[in-house]
Amino acid sequence: MKKSSYSNPVGTGRYTGLLLISPFIVGFLLFTAYPFVCSFVLGLTEYDNVRQPEFIGFDNYRRMMSDDTFRTSVGVTLKYAALLVPAKLAVSLLVALLLSAEIRGIGVFRTVFYIPSILGANLAVVIMWQYLFTSGGLVNQFLELVGASPVSWYGDPDRAIFVIVLLRLWEFGSTMVIFLTALKAIPKELYEAARVDGCGRIRGFFSITLPQLKNVIFVNLVLQTIAALQEFNAPYMLTGGGPLKSTYTVGMLIYDEMFRYNDMNAGYANAVSWVLFVFIAAVIGIMFAVTGRSRRED
Amino acid sequence: MKRIPVYLLLTVIAAVMLYPLLWLIGASFKTNDEIFGSVWFMPESFDLSVYKGAWKTVTPYTMGHYFRNTFMIIIPKTIFAVISSVLVAYGFARFDFPFRRFFFALLMAGLFMPSIVTVMPMYILWSSLGLLDTYIPLVVPAMFATEGMFVFILIQFFKGVPREFDEAAGIDGCGPLRTLFFVLLPCIRPAVVSIAVFTFLWTMNDFLNPLIMIHSVDKYPVSLALRLSVDSTGQGYEQRKIIAMSVIGLIPSVAVFALAQKKFVGGITAGGLAG
Repeated sequence: MKKSSYSNPVGTGRYTGLLLISPFIVGFLLFTAYPFVCSFVLGLTEYDNVRQPEFIGFDNYRRMMSDDTFRTSVGVTLKYAALLVPAKLAVSLLVALLLSAEIRGIGVFRTVFYIPSILGANLAVVIMWQYLFTSGGLVNQFLELVGASPVSWYGDPDRAIFVIVLLRLWEFGSTMVIFLTALKAIPKELYEAARVDGCGRIRGFFSITLPQLKNVIFVNLVLQTIAALQEFNAPYMLTGGGPLKSTYTVGMLIYDEMFRYNDMNAGYANAVSWVLFVFIAAVIGIMFAVTGRSRRED
Repeated sequence: MKRIPVYLLLTVIAAVMLYPLLWLIGASFKTNDEIFGSVWFMPESFDLSVYKGAWKTVTPYTMGHYFRNTFMIIIPKTIFAVISSVLVAYGFARFDFPFRRFFFALLMAGLFMPSIVTVMPMYILWSSLGLLDTYIPLVVPAMFATEGMFVFILIQFFKGVPREFDEAAGIDGCGPLRTLFFVLLPCIRPAVVSIAVFTFLWTMNDFLNPLIMIHSVDKYPVSLALRLSVDSTGQGYEQRKIIAMSVIGLIPSVAVFALAQKKFVGGITAGGLAG
């Protein structure tokens, strides 16, 4: 944003804008900065939510290195993000491409595809998902119909994570809408010019569509990665982290350490949440660096 | 006619996506044998009495009570979120002030900060203020434009309105607030509707925050009441009731989405997120 484009509206002073954004400043201090600092300080203590926190330096961080549960949860979280994020981006982009064709009735499809994403981890959806994947549930019944053998989704440590991945994949609507907007913004002339030059559809996709979409792909990638690395709701409600901790994400570990009834260790939980925060920040930082964006434009 | 494959593909995807929801509604009328005996969503008979039972719930209160609780959170929260986000976005989009770039960077950084870090400190803060088990911890943050995404979307919309509009209003003697309310807001209505709808839906779905902050059953919103019912029921007829309760629990979200659908999807579509 060029500074010269800013002449404040008539009759307003230098600080009117500051006054307008003051709720944000207060909110940032109270609900972002303060809890982040506080969480870091708590991470240096042993704290059971009853007695006063006791300062123990970086012991919590040392404990993490030898904590098998922590290591497992990191593995689960990385696997979950690696399964979900690329799949979700691919499905969203594919459906957005189909929807970008300007044909009648497309609005209905757009709405239908969007509905699951408005339901999020609504408990009703979770209950539905439980029924779908239980041993005699709809998914297994379909598998039997087509001659495949039913799968023990919740009992098998290799499969349970897919139940959660599929739930989040089902909710691809919001990602898809962002792609759709960007697709509509690509100037039609580009495709026409390419067609004149004898460029086919597939070539057009790779040499026009994808490059034009690189900003939104990036935005979606970052947003989805952050969400996936923090996942808590779906495993908490669908699998409780099991079986054999195969869906026990870092988010679940943090929640358990914070609020479980006995033997809670809020200090440790906060240390873990800081490690998660730094990790997410690093991942995003790498994403920005690799794609050559040192700074977002506003 | 080369469009037929596109339609076909879209229809198949739509069917796969919607079938679980249809099946859920059907299952609320089914016996357990029916649920696990057939993939077809239609029940053999429609016995509406299950919904009467579901409305009464398996907890001491009715669904009506939990809906009332939910709306006591959602309505103020939505109003606050809209007002605070609009003011802040207006400030960023139309004014220059000291440290503007710095604050904008903070806003963007806030988008990327994992919310899980804030859970425990906020719990301690509200607990030390004696405000646990009230709706204040759930509602008050909305007064401070805490949803950075909303501010960001609104800024994009404000930028789409020509500055001449503001200038004309200024010449006619409108101050900044009157310009905002009478000139700019009507221009960005889809974005405002989107924000209100998002706040509604996210609050409806929110589970973690009420779980941590609200402890007495009579103050539970719908999401916690459903969870309580799931945890406290066994097999048999009660299962059907749980499914029916969850169907009832989905109605507000789907209704709000359906009502606002046109403006809403238009709002996010034009939301400038395609930057």
